[in-house]
Formats: sequence, structure tokens, C-alpha cells
Amino acid sequence: MTTTSSATVAMPTGRGPGRRAMAFLHRHRRLQLALFLVLPLGWLGVIYLGSLGVLFISSFWSLNPLTSAIDHTFTLANYQRILSTPVYRVIVLRTATVAAAVTITDVILAFPIAYYMARVARRRTRMILLMLVALPLWSSYLVRVYAWRVILGDNGPLDWAFGSIGLGGVAPGYSDLSMWITFSYLWLPYMILPLYAGFQRLPTSLLEASSDLGARTAFTFRRVVLPMVMPAVVAGSIFTFSLTLGDYIVPQLVSNSQFIGNVVYESQGVANNVPFAAAFATVPVLIMAVYLWAAGRLGALEAL
Amino acid sequence: MSGRGSGIALKAAVLVVVLFLHIPFLVIVLYSFNGDRGQSWPITNWTTQWFGAAFDNSGLRDAVALSVEAAVGATVIAVTLGTLASFAVHRFHFFGRETISFILVLPLALPGIVTGMALNATINVGGFPFGLFTIIAGHATFCVVVVYNNAIARLRRGSRSLDEASADLGANPIQTFRHITVPLLRGALFAGALLAFALSFDEVIVTTFTAGTQATLPIWILDHLRLPNERPIVNVVAVLIVVVMTIPIFIAQRLSGDDGATLT
Repeated sequence: MTTTSSATVAMPTGRGPGRRAMAFLHRHRRLQLALFLVLPLGWLGVIYLGSLGVLFISSFWSLNPLTSAIDHTFTLANYQRILSTPVYRVIVLRTATVAAAVTITDVILAFPIAYYMARVARRRTRMILLMLVALPLWSSYLVRVYAWRVILGDNGPLDWAFGSIGLGGVAPGYSDLSMWITFSYLWLPYMILPLYAGFQRLPTSLLEASSDLGARTAFTFRRVVLPMVMPAVVAGSIFTFSLTLGDYIVPQLVSNSQFIGNVVYESQGVANNVPFAAAFATVPVLIMAVYLWAAGRLGALEAL
Repeated sequence: MSGRGSGIALKAAVLVVVLFLHIPFLVIVLYSFNGDRGQSWPITNWTTQWFGAAFDNSGLRDAVALSVEAAVGATVIAVTLGTLASFAVHRFHFFGRETISFILVLPLALPGIVTGMALNATINVGGFPFGLFTIIAGHATFCVVVVYNNAIARLRRGSRSLDEASADLGANPIQTFRHITVPLLRGALFAGALLAFALSFDEVIVTTFTAGTQATLPIWILDHLRLPNERPIVNVVAVLIVVVMTIPIFIAQRLSGDDGATLT
């Protein structure tokens, strides 16, 4: 930080030219900072936060039933429709339930492998496992969903496997159960990676201290390990939960159910009712806001 | 820290998770050589004919071209914005500094339909034409954070003493930037760019809200995977995408050293 050091050098000169130079430097630094920040913050502020603003505002508009044009007068009709239509309540509840189930499943699946990678495996094995965990995350979301559509389909590999051990007809086919499997598979790396980092940060001395003081493994796990990796779990869960909440492709491809996203997409694309779609899209925002607020209280946002 | 039995159980659990993560790819690879148009298991006829058929499909080629254009555009914007933001956070202390990374990660952390629908509402309300530029704008928004994460991680690891040494030896800030900062950051930025490209190339949920009638590669797949006649080509495309995408990710991982944090 060259500018800081020159500023500290300039300080002892006190009044007069030194002070003016420092003031200029200060302004200059502000200017520098502004130059660095104007593009990224401008982009995200205008395009992203601006769009979220438009989403929110347009959710209070409506569609003129005769002309199908957007009517810009303020109305709560969209929200009333969401709250008073039973099927929408079912859809919101289903989406949130699957998202929660997926999150819990991924926590359970991620614990052993994250622990093994961070604290048991040698460097070489750890590198290979890290690669094996991270690669699926980056090799095409759609292909991975499609793979499960194929695996779960009628006469597909899973159907065949169940049939060959005498359990024909037990395979989940396309159902809510299939959605749960597919989502758990899709987002599992998002849980493993932060949890791995969490385990790595765990000081060995702490575990030794616990065992020296006579704690059994299970007790150490519950009272020492778990509280310390909890922020990592919450950080991972933001992804597993939010990504499930915002998906509408998986329900289309491996189930016959609808998610919040399907309603949003169809209201916008098929019915062309942007205000209603916007209103429905604020439901997951609301759910996530509560979730992030709770995560922030647990101090998990720094681990992102 | 415990007995032999639990050690074996732990290894078994690791193996199960690794298999769970990778068997689906194996299934798709096998199906790409399926001689039948149906998808029933086990596969009895084997063929390589669908690979040729995929290359001859003009709709598919157009979709790939559009995806590449969108990914290049989004990557250029993301690298520019992500690098600037990382410098700002690394070099300056200012009010709201801690919220920068939160704002940057928001487009990825908020559900995809929210980002998609927000952009869609804005495009609709503003009367902008749907197309390549709206796709790029959407993709760039959530790609910035991967570049930023890579750049800031490298900046934090690189010691400031290098910058100071350079200044002490008489280099001006621009020389220090050229000869110290840029070489230090080059690998991280390249890795970030590859990840941004991959993220954009693969994105489908936000894209369906911003593309209008245009079809990127993922949208093409989505449109065709339910048509029984197109399934063999979709299988082949799926395998090719995985192969093509694995290479840059592998390079990115190599470039950014042994912390898996780069990929998250």
C-alpha cells in the first residue's frame, strides 16, 4: 500500500504544504477508490439491484384483462391471489419442504467425506478427492439433471436394478422422491466444499484437549466439532436451500409436480402476466431473506 | 482418533459419496453409444453414429455459437468488474467494504428464478429487445463474483511487502502495477475467467428469462431432450459438454493451487 505509507510519512510535517498534500492525497485516494468502484457497483447497482426494484414495483401492477397490457396502478391483487389460492400454498410449501429435505440430506452426506478430506487423507488423496468433488459442480447442471432423468425413467437403469433384485415397481420413477434425490445430488458439492474448509480450520489442539479432559469421540463431536463447523454448514446450506428454492427445471424433468419457479415461469412465459410472475417471485426472496437473516445471526456470512 | 472399524466405515462413506457424484456421468457416456432410440436398460446395440449426427445438426451448431458469444461477452465484463472490485476491497478501507462481497454474491445466492424474473420484468417494462445483449447482461451479473473471489484470494495471499519493496526501489505505482501486481494476478484472473466462462456457458434458469426466442446450448438441450427422436443426439451433446467443460475447469484448478475455495 504505497499511498498509505507516503501519507504516514507526510503526516509529521504538520501544517502548511504537508497538510495540503495530505488533504490532496486523501481526496486523491477517494478518487482512486471511486474509479475502482464505479463500474462494478454501477453494474450491480443499476442492473441487478435495479432489476430487483423493478421486480418489486411491478408486482403491485396488474394485467388489463381486455387489452393484456400492463396496468400501472397500484394494487395488492396479485398478492391476494397468491394467498387465497390453495394450490399456490401447496406449491410454496412443497418447494420449501423439498429445499429443507435436500439441505439436511446434503449435510449428512457431506460430513464424512469433508472430514476425511480435511483431517484424515494425505495430501495427494485430498487433492484427488477435492477434484472429484468440485468437478461435477462445473460440468453442466443440465447434463446432470438429464442424467437423473435417464437413470430414473421407466425401464431405465434404476428400474432395471430394482427389478433384478426382485423389487420390480419399487423404483421412484418421476416423483417428488426423484426430485429429492436429484437435488441432493446436484448441490452436494456446495455443502462438501465449505464444510471441508471448516474442518481444516479446526485446531487439532482443541480436539486433543477435549480428549485429554476425558471426552469420548461422540461428546467431542457434539460439543466441540459441531459448534465450530456450524458456520460452514450454514454457508453451504444457503446454496443448497436457495438453489433448490429457485429451480424449475428439475421438477419439469424428474417429477410431475410444480415448484414456485414453474408458476413464475409459466405466468411470465405462457400467460404473459409479468406482474403476477413478479409477485410470485418475491415469495422465494422473502423465504431467503428470513434464511439469510438467521444465517447472519449465526455469523455464517463471512464464510461464504 | 477412533478405532479401526470406524476408519473403514468412514472410507466406505467417502466411496459411496464419490460414486454417487460420478455414476450419473458414466450412465450418460454409456447411453451416448446406444444404438436404439429408446432409453431402456441394459443397452444392447452399440453405435458411434450419433456423434456424426450431432456435428451435422445446424440448429445445434447455432446454439453452440450463441452460447460461446454470450460466454465471451459475460467473461470480459466479469473479469473487468471483478478485478476492479477486488482492488477496491484489497487496497482501500471504506464505509460498506464488507457488503461488497455480499452484493457480488447475491445474484448467485438468491434463487435463480428471482434473478431471472427480475431481469425479465426489467426488460419487459423497459421495452428492451430480448437477445444476445440481454443474455450477456444477465450472465455477467452472476459471473463477477467468481472472478472477484479468485482475484481477492490471490491478492490476500500475495504479501504487500512486494509492492513496498518495488516502491522503495524507486518504481512508480504504474510500474509496480505492471511488473508486480499483474504477474501476481495473471493466474488467478485466468482461472477466474475460465470459471466465469463455464458458468455462463452452462447457465439455463436465468437464461430462459432473458433470451426471448433465442436458444443457447442449454436451452437447445432443454427443448430437445423430451423429443424421443432427438434423445440420441442429446446424449451425445451431454457427453461432449462434460468433456469440453472439464478441461478448462481442470486447468483453472491447477492454476489456483490447492485450495478448493477457488471453485466455490
